[in-house]
Amino acid sequence: MASTSNEAYYIPHKAKWPIYGSIGLFILLAGFANFLNGASYGSTMMIIGGLIMVAMLFGWFATVITESENGIFNDQVDKSFRWGMAWFIFSEVMFFAAFFGSLYYTRVLSESWLAGDLSFSMGATKELWDGFTAAWPNNGPGHVGGLEDGKFEPMGAWGLPAINTLILLSSGVTVTWAHWGLKENNRGQLIKGLIATVALGFLFVGLQATEYHEAYTEMGLTLGTGIYGSTFFMLTGFHGLHVTIGAIFLSVILYRSAKGHFSEKHHFAFEAASWYWHFVDVVWLGLFIFVYWL
Amino acid sequence: MSVATHDDAHAHDHHDHGPAKGFMRWVTTTNHKDIGTLYLITGLIMFFVGGAMALVIRAELFEPGLQYVDPHFFNQMTTLHALIMVFGAVMPAFAGLANWMIPMMIGAPDMALPRMNNWSFWLLPFSFVMLASTLFMDGGAAAAGWTLYPPLVLQTGNALPFTVFTVHLLGMSSIMAAINIIVTVFNMRAPGMTMMKLPLFVWTWVITAFLLIAVMPVFAGAVTMLLTDKFFGTSFFNAAGGGDPVLYQHLFWFFGHPEVYILILPSFGIISSIIPTFSRKPLFGYASMVYATGFIGFLAFIVWAHHQYTVGMPIAGELYFTYATMLIAVPTGVKVFNWLATMWRGAMTFETPMLFAIAFVVLFTMGGFTGLMMSISPADLQYHDTYFIVAHFHYVLVPGAVFALYAATYYWLPKWTGHMYDERLGQLHFWLTTISVNICFFPQHFVGLAGMPRRIPDYAVQFAEFNAMSSVGAFVFGFSQLIFAYVIYKAIQGGEKATSEVWEGAEAHGLEWHLSSPPPYHSWTEAPPKEIISDLH
Repeated sequence: MASTSNEAYYIPHKAKWPIYGSIGLFILLAGFANFLNGASYGSTMMIIGGLIMVAMLFGWFATVITESENGIFNDQVDKSFRWGMAWFIFSEVMFFAAFFGSLYYTRVLSESWLAGDLSFSMGATKELWDGFTAAWPNNGPGHVGGLEDGKFEPMGAWGLPAINTLILLSSGVTVTWAHWGLKENNRGQLIKGLIATVALGFLFVGLQATEYHEAYTEMGLTLGTGIYGSTFFMLTGFHGLHVTIGAIFLSVILYRSAKGHFSEKHHFAFEAASWYWHFVDVVWLGLFIFVYWL
Repeated sequence: MSVATHDDAHAHDHHDHGPAKGFMRWVTTTNHKDIGTLYLITGLIMFFVGGAMALVIRAELFEPGLQYVDPHFFNQMTTLHALIMVFGAVMPAFAGLANWMIPMMIGAPDMALPRMNNWSFWLLPFSFVMLASTLFMDGGAAAAGWTLYPPLVLQTGNALPFTVFTVHLLGMSSIMAAINIIVTVFNMRAPGMTMMKLPLFVWTWVITAFLLIAVMPVFAGAVTMLLTDKFFGTSFFNAAGGGDPVLYQHLFWFFGHPEVYILILPSFGIISSIIPTFSRKPLFGYASMVYATGFIGFLAFIVWAHHQYTVGMPIAGELYFTYATMLIAVPTGVKVFNWLATMWRGAMTFETPMLFAIAFVVLFTMGGFTGLMMSISPADLQYHDTYFIVAHFHYVLVPGAVFALYAATYYWLPKWTGHMYDERLGQLHFWLTTISVNICFFPQHFVGLAGMPRRIPDYAVQFAEFNAMSSVGAFVFGFSQLIFAYVIYKAIQGGEKATSEVWEGAEAHGLEWHLSSPPPYHSWTEAPPKEIISDLH
């Protein structure tokens, strides 16, 4: 009678990892909050909470990987994972949208309002911020942050950022090449492709760190350099964090590939990692165009 | 296939996994009904916590002058009351209903991602402990209103980072719950249960889940900017650095407006389930209900700045947001008229769920009409930040969302517990609640139109009578809810046995009425027979 695979849809029981996740995250965030408030025990709490989180992630993923390798997941479960990952990435897109939106809002609207553009506001700010003209990049009429004279040098597009663009786009190619290898059961190509992707990923992060160092030490460009510094570092910083997570994700996939996990048909984790990787790639293109270039 | 043999089939499947024993059952459960129960109980507890805060506010406002609390504490109460009612009471209660009902309604054994389901719930108690703890910190809890507008909120003491992280935890929880619901509905439907056969409750939750995934991350981003502005020297909301405090308002309301639909769309689904059952007719205009829900979900994203008419916006913006907001009345009107048409010439009976559903239609519509008044930007300049706004959103959220939750509880309680609830007490609860909620909130329209500002612990003597009335209503309302808690407790303890269909003819209205009351631990371990699904209205 039953024509679905309901009978075989795997429903796990007695999940112990989520509660570790809640406890770990609670201690980590409460510790961070205490740290920000200047409490001496804040950083200790953060370390404890962070370690619990690492243990939780390790344990939870290990459980699921073991289940997957034992063939417990049927196609319907696989599809649930796919939908789940897709919607998770969508939520990440919306997180970045908040910061991109802030960038557009300041560049298009609040700049001209601060400069007293009569067509857009009541012009009240003309008196408040006399002498401020709308021009991007800027660190506001108060010249917040920057060097001693309040000046700073914006990050150009055609140095390291352009190289980083090439690196990230190439890594998108290598991960696809690895995927082709997996689908043709060519393990050598899979592993070589993944090694190249992970290496390019970490190279990107390394170059980004170099760029940050230069910005902080030579250009007067920091997180505190007005709205330009705020949007620049929050956008590229969150992106860099995601590249790091993606590279770790791909490293795990590389390790699993070397251990003989995945088959031509059954490799959701690989695809999830590569979707995630393409997502950080696309976000970078947005950054390159709107943060660095235009 | 009869219901009895179906239940027998379940009994055989049951040997392998019943619930674990004791407290750990609830900590490690992956069962959609267990998790649903946890959500519902959490929602009820937080409803009383948030309600107690509301009574502090109403006690202070009973008469002019400062009586019981200092103004700063008063503002902490308005802030926490709102955050707790929105994130602690209504959202978890709807998530609980989704968990309980969606797998049963679509013919699935459980939710698609059961472990993640557990985590979605278990982040909540930790978030609420974190939020409640802010009351006892240096400088008290956040007191800038639930919108947490800068620069005011940046003056919060030690509570600020804790409040921000509470939002992050709640956001994670909501996003995971939303992903789970979408995946369940897309991937776990029984054969024959097509998208256009889904009960309206399932449809409204799918749209709600889309909204949640799209806007919770934006709120998370906005409060992250608050955190970095306060502690890491960024200038997002600082004009001197080139930022703009109004940017926060845009980000907040890009989240906040869809958020209020997150609070009301599942209510629409509940009402659309209950009215047909007690009218003994199929729902009128099913397809138009689905499309109206989708259209409301779409409009939710493009009307946010009607919350900011007074802050200063280009005239084109004021006009655009006025007209776009008015559009919402169209799909909402479709829903209201469909509910009326469903009742038209029905063989109606008036058990407690139906009473609450009818009260919902009348009182929610009133809240909708005041919303329409405020959508007109030149008129809103007058209403903004007055008690008129307070009256409006309490009409859509209390006799709106909360009444839908009462209706849902009475409607499905016999299914959950296997016992009929006490109808006499249910009706007593209904009448006390419905009368007191109007005594509480209706006068607020008048004081609001006369200019009484919100979020202020004192007021001019001319507003005294209406405020006293409102406070009396609030206290009667608050204490009437103890009856509700008692009815639930009593039904869990025992009472008249409920049949599997519970309500006369309910079998035609949904798959949940084809399972025993209470249902087996795993809902549909075998897909329900196609004939049952094709016979559904």
